[in-house]
Amino acid sequence: MSASPRSGVTGKEESLEGPVSSKQIAQAGPKLRASNVDFFYGKFQALHNVSIDFPENQITALIGPSGCGKSTFLRTLNRINDTIRGARVTGEVVLDGSSITEVDVTELRRRVGMVFQRPNPFPKSIFDNIAYGVRINGLARRSEIHEVVERSLRRAALWEEVKDKLHQSAYSLSGGQQQRLCIARALAVDPEILLLDEPCSALDPIATSKIEELLLSIRDQCTLIIVTHNMQQAARVADLTGFFLMGRLVEFNKTDFIFKTPAKKETEDYITGRFG
Amino acid sequence: MLRIWRHAVNNVMLSLTGICAFVTASALFLILGYLIWNGGKSLDWNFFTKLPLSPGELGGGMANAIIGSAKIVALAALIGVPVGFMSGVYIAEFSGKAMANLIRYSADLLNGVPSIVIGIFAWTLLVVPMHHFSAWAGGFALSLMVIPVTLRATEQFLGQIPQSLREGALALGASKWKSVATVIIPAARTGIMTGIILGVARVSGETAPLLFTALNNQYWSKGFNEPTSSLPVMIYTHAMSPYDDWHRQAWAAGLVLLGLVLIANIAARMVLARGAASQRG
Repeated sequence: MSASPRSGVTGKEESLEGPVSSKQIAQAGPKLRASNVDFFYGKFQALHNVSIDFPENQITALIGPSGCGKSTFLRTLNRINDTIRGARVTGEVVLDGSSITEVDVTELRRRVGMVFQRPNPFPKSIFDNIAYGVRINGLARRSEIHEVVERSLRRAALWEEVKDKLHQSAYSLSGGQQQRLCIARALAVDPEILLLDEPCSALDPIATSKIEELLLSIRDQCTLIIVTHNMQQAARVADLTGFFLMGRLVEFNKTDFIFKTPAKKETEDYITGRFG
Repeated sequence: MLRIWRHAVNNVMLSLTGICAFVTASALFLILGYLIWNGGKSLDWNFFTKLPLSPGELGGGMANAIIGSAKIVALAALIGVPVGFMSGVYIAEFSGKAMANLIRYSADLLNGVPSIVIGIFAWTLLVVPMHHFSAWAGGFALSLMVIPVTLRATEQFLGQIPQSLREGALALGASKWKSVATVIIPAARTGIMTGIILGVARVSGETAPLLFTALNNQYWSKGFNEPTSSLPVMIYTHAMSPYDDWHRQAWAAGLVLLGLVLIANIAARMVLARGAASQRG
């Protein structure tokens, strides 16, 4: 993979002069492409015609005020919204050239991992939490599982803190550690994409900065899409940023542009704190 | 004036509720004390090892009734727990809302069916066609009482598992069944087990469903196909008899039965407490 840090889209310094169209971004190879996605909870339409290309090995942040649909959109990408009664999606999401409705849903979710707003470790040991996805997907032999667990915990920068208590309950960890455990658990099944739904909203600033470091360290192995209500966080970690408002994607561009020279007035108002 | 009135009302209500609470608690201890007083005198080692004797002969025991009760209750649990548990899982995790309401309501009604009626039902269904009383029929009758209790416990404790755990498992590529079997049920395990223990302990004291099904037996019963004695029915027949020695045996049987149920209750609470402690880490 050619994606050394800050290469790809943001590496082309000359193209930083103007807004990038989705087409230009697509040249870096969209790992995941959402086209004209509408989403309905019953009769309520939560998303209107959202189209985004997510380039490989980049961090894309989705920002916007509460209730703007950014989480709903994220949750359509691994079809976890399918579990909600009365939910309906139209439009298309394409992963590596095939529509996600044609891929087996368990295989899709193995390839497109997810980390949730609140840490949700299983009531099992630290070891069993990480091993869970590997075991149910039959990804490693029994003898290799220990190795996978260690590697995943190292990738999530948690190994040193938990290596002596792998068989203690995951609930014995602090909130920030639990969230890194959940990231390690997601990484253990080698996802190609990792979706993060406000992963730091329940954490303090120190735990948050650890997670942000972690995200930057795994972006060369994994395409990351992060929903956040924290604009500074988007500015710190994301290569690309999309701004959602009332179920619509208002603007999508390189993060620098969104924060320095937003094209739309709504974006500027939100960025400068005039609402939201 | 108003203040005195308020004060008086407060005192009256406080004493009234306090007295009722005291009555509730003392009922258990009165029963327990009475049983220990009367049953303790008659309880000896023979009670656990010997068969009942004919009226007039002193001594004897209820070994056959203890084993018989164990057989019938085990049978009831073996039939009732899986059926109740599976249907609980079905309505908590898989069925639609309307179906869940229908099944839950049916279970509540089944729970409310008088136990004597359950006895008659099992009698018609099993005893009449088989032409004899049996442990099978007794176990079947009691299993009908285990099912609704197990179902409600299963549903209740599965319902308390947060949605975030379900999504966590699904997001790792687990199928619905796998997520339920490997994350949701283990997370609710201690609560469900407690409910089952309490339910099974409750039916082990039932008399009416056994009167028409397992009947009774003064001797050992082989296998599950013969009339089988049980502690509750033994208490019933001995207490109704005119013989003093049989009355003493009935008291002893009552004490043993209550002891077993209390042990099951305490065990259930310990399981629950330990489960809660281990989940907190």
